[in-house]
Amino acid sequence: MSAAYASHTLTQLAASSSTTEHRPLIITLFAVFVAATLGITVWAGRQTKSASDFYAGGRQFTAFQNGLAVSGDYMSAASFLGIAGAIALFGYDGFLYSIGFLVAWLVALLLVAEPLRNSGRYTMGDVLAYRMRQRPVRTAAGVSTIVVSIFYLLAQMAGAGVLVALLLGITSDAGKILIVALVGVLMILYVTIGGMKGTTWVQMVKAVLLIAGALLMTLMVLWKFDFNISDLLGTAAEKSGHGAAFLEPGLKYGVTDVSKLDFISLGIALVLGTAGLPHILIRFYTVPTAKAARKSVNWAIGIIGAFYLMTIALGFGAAALIGPEEIKAKNPAGNAAAPQLAEYLGGVGTTGGAIMLAVISAVAFATILAVVAGLTLASSSSFAHDIYANVIRKGKATEKEEMRAARWATVAIGVVSIGLGAMARDLNVAGLVALAFAVAASANLPTILYSLFWKRFTTQGALWSIYGGLASSVFLVLFSPVVSGKASSMFPDVDFAWFPLENPGLISIPLGFLLGWVGSVLSKEEPDKGKYAELEVKSLTGTGAH
Amino acid sequence: MATEAPPPQSPEDGSPVQPTTEAFLAAQHSAEFAELRRSHRSFAFPLTVGFIAWYLLYVLLSSYADGFMSKIVFANFNVAFVFGLAQFATTFLIAWFYSRHATNKLDPQAAAIKSRLEADA
Repeated sequence: MSAAYASHTLTQLAASSSTTEHRPLIITLFAVFVAATLGITVWAGRQTKSASDFYAGGRQFTAFQNGLAVSGDYMSAASFLGIAGAIALFGYDGFLYSIGFLVAWLVALLLVAEPLRNSGRYTMGDVLAYRMRQRPVRTAAGVSTIVVSIFYLLAQMAGAGVLVALLLGITSDAGKILIVALVGVLMILYVTIGGMKGTTWVQMVKAVLLIAGALLMTLMVLWKFDFNISDLLGTAAEKSGHGAAFLEPGLKYGVTDVSKLDFISLGIALVLGTAGLPHILIRFYTVPTAKAARKSVNWAIGIIGAFYLMTIALGFGAAALIGPEEIKAKNPAGNAAAPQLAEYLGGVGTTGGAIMLAVISAVAFATILAVVAGLTLASSSSFAHDIYANVIRKGKATEKEEMRAARWATVAIGVVSIGLGAMARDLNVAGLVALAFAVAASANLPTILYSLFWKRFTTQGALWSIYGGLASSVFLVLFSPVVSGKASSMFPDVDFAWFPLENPGLISIPLGFLLGWVGSVLSKEEPDKGKYAELEVKSLTGTGAH
Repeated sequence: MATEAPPPQSPEDGSPVQPTTEAFLAAQHSAEFAELRRSHRSFAFPLTVGFIAWYLLYVLLSSYADGFMSKIVFANFNVAFVFGLAQFATTFLIAWFYSRHATNKLDPQAAAIKSRLEADA
């Protein structure tokens, strides 16, 4: 969601190019990261022989390793730059995001991670289609996986292109398109060569870098305030110009009745979306057992929770030490707050400041690349395993053919997202990421929960909830202020927005659940009792799990 | 209804042994599986409803109860801030609480059913 902030105003940032003098250092650090991760990818690629290696990293990662990788997949650069910036400018309201993003993990822990690990093999579609007629449900699961991932991917690509362009001081359109293309080529290489194994290691490296970077900055901020957090908050409130209101809810979302409803809609989409994000779900297949999947969620909750707690110090620290004027001068949405804070902490105009800025910028870049690779893997896996192997080839494709399809799908998805990313580089990323979470919560989560826990769920119910949730969320966004009618819309010059909320979750999530239920109740087909017995016993006991 | 077989089980791809559908049906109707299902659902479902309600309460208070949320608790910490940190704390606590339940109650029951089913297969 926080990619939100990384969006439509980043371009303006590119204009201010005080960063250009640090360009050689930043480029060197980027290059080191790219070289190191490509090395890991090639090494992982040598060990990737079977489909299980390619899709699930051989299922041999430990719970801690996967917990780190899950955290890496989840904490996007936008989360780092966006939440810090939102807190720096809107105070308490920025912090609200962190809470939704974290609490959401409990849905995954209590209801989804273990049953999914036990009953699926490579994709989300494995579980959704288990009890159902394979071809229609696999197709639906594949479509939904690819749609969610592409929206998420697009937001990251657009943000990446502009962010990197900004940090390198590139302002021309051609230069930005080139950067988007470079990110696209790198992600194709990571995924086609390294598969899940390579991607998982890239996520781990990134998670460690991100946590280390955030921790270093947090400690430096707290040091400036003698570790007195109340003092930090007080100074931030004073410098913000809002006084005590800066520490209270409402600066961003409390303006009107509609914005309050929008916040509730967003809150629901956040908390229910995570457990329906395909790129997160397939990570649970990389560990050997459901117990390890549970432990990896616990690690992820610890790591992600700690990270979001640190964003409080970073955001309020930026407000207190730099102040809103200077932050807005660099970027009206606050996206530059974290790099600005890094430079301030190292000493503006000194070598220390330049090094801190370069390091934190490189961390942000690493973060984007890793998330993008994870998303590409999720969508190409689903294409190859759900649509190619099970729908087109009706389950008769060999492992070799399936992996070849996955690699070609990766190239295709990479090329498509380079194209869309280049076109979308000036679009409002907020709508895209919000849409990804809302679609995941509306289309995927109801279907996953009904499949696992409701014995009367049928093929028709599954199709209604997937396509209904998918269509209603996309449809509502199309007619929302995200797309038209406001200065920040994708098409600011026209106005066909009759749906007032930017996030469709409030309507589309209940609708997804309702359609799954109605579709099942109205269907003439008897639920397959034998298949449900297999799924239920497998999901709770791990009998016959891959 | 489903015509396709579950994932292939050929020994050369290293797939685990799969009990028959009849064995799964028998297991599903066994008393020990009913107990496992009850242990999981009676713990996870109410807890899920609980933490979602607790989170929604927080979201609603943030939107509609400005006066309450802005009361100072101590120093510069107001109710909203403490409430937010409490969401972090309850998330960590619920994760720990569920994992303890799973390790103590669910895992042993699941392992017993699994080993019996796989031995028979």
